Amino acid sequence: MSTLVFEDFKLGPLGRFGPRHVTAEEIRAFAAEFDPQPMHLDEAAAAGSMLRGLAGSGWHLCSIIMRMMFDGFIGRTASLGSPGVNELRWLAPFRPGDDIMLDIEVTEARVSRSRPTTGIVMFKMVASNSSGQALCEMVSPIIVERRGETVT
Amino acid sequence: MHFFEDIKIGQRRELGSFNFTADAIKAFAAKFDPQRFHLDEEEGRKSLFGGLAASGWHVGSACMKLLVAHSQREANEMTARGEKVAVWGPSPGFRELRWIKPVLAADTIHFATEVETLRTSSSRPEWGILEARHSGTNQRGEPVFSMLATAFVPRRNSNT
Repeated sequence: MSTLVFEDFKLGPLGRFGPRHVTAEEIRAFAAEFDPQPMHLDEAAAAGSMLRGLAGSGWHLCSIIMRMMFDGFIGRTASLGSPGVNELRWLAPFRPGDDIMLDIEVTEARVSRSRPTTGIVMFKMVASNSSGQALCEMVSPIIVERRGETVT
Repeated sequence: MHFFEDIKIGQRRELGSFNFTADAIKAFAAKFDPQRFHLDEEEGRKSLFGGLAASGWHVGSACMKLLVAHSQREANEMTARGEKVAVWGPSPGFRELRWIKPVLAADTIHFATEVETLRTSSSRPEWGILEARHSGTNQRGEPVFSMLATAFVPRRNSNT
């Protein structure tokens, strides 16, 4: 499969990726390492929390989305990394047993002014569970090599 | 954790430091972000990052880890003083996240957070809405990470 470069990213839907199945074990393991709040670690404490049941850390969901982006297209893209995230909203908790789907759309693509051998592609991503409920929405750019240019 | 009424704009909390070892960078990347410059020293040197670089999501997660630890210490101290500890709501999200400079293997990042905006909500009178700028600075004093996070904070006279 050929490597995707800046010119391959057209405005509009890029694709739908997943499902990515989530287990209670990995929710607790991520939380133990990075976000050890009771509602991410313990069923009983989580039942009494505002999330009403064990739910994964928002940073865990972000990290899963990153992996789904990698498996979906970044792994075969001449990506040079991302400068950040314009906006991210956690809309609903993600739960053990969820099968996460990720919809990705290209909302903007332009040549970099400071580094004209590269382009900046803006993505809007929505992660949802199998009942179609949106869990997280994010707008974030990545920097991509242009066709025929080798940056590194 | 404090109630909305006890928080002032400009209040800053130093959260502590996190050391990004090469092993930790690679372990996180292998699970969540297996781009070549997060997995291999030589690929990192050849990339725009100039060395084995931590995934941006690893940097954000490390900031979260220190925030949680700091909040738990603060809650314990408040409990010990006999003060009522506020339970903050789940975060609705963030904006303006910037990975300003790469975080490379062996870097130690100091994280801090500073309150930027405070407002009340007419539709949810029991909650206040806070925005805080979380930031990370490396051992040379260079800013590497910044984000503006939103939180729901209970008001003192609510029953939540």
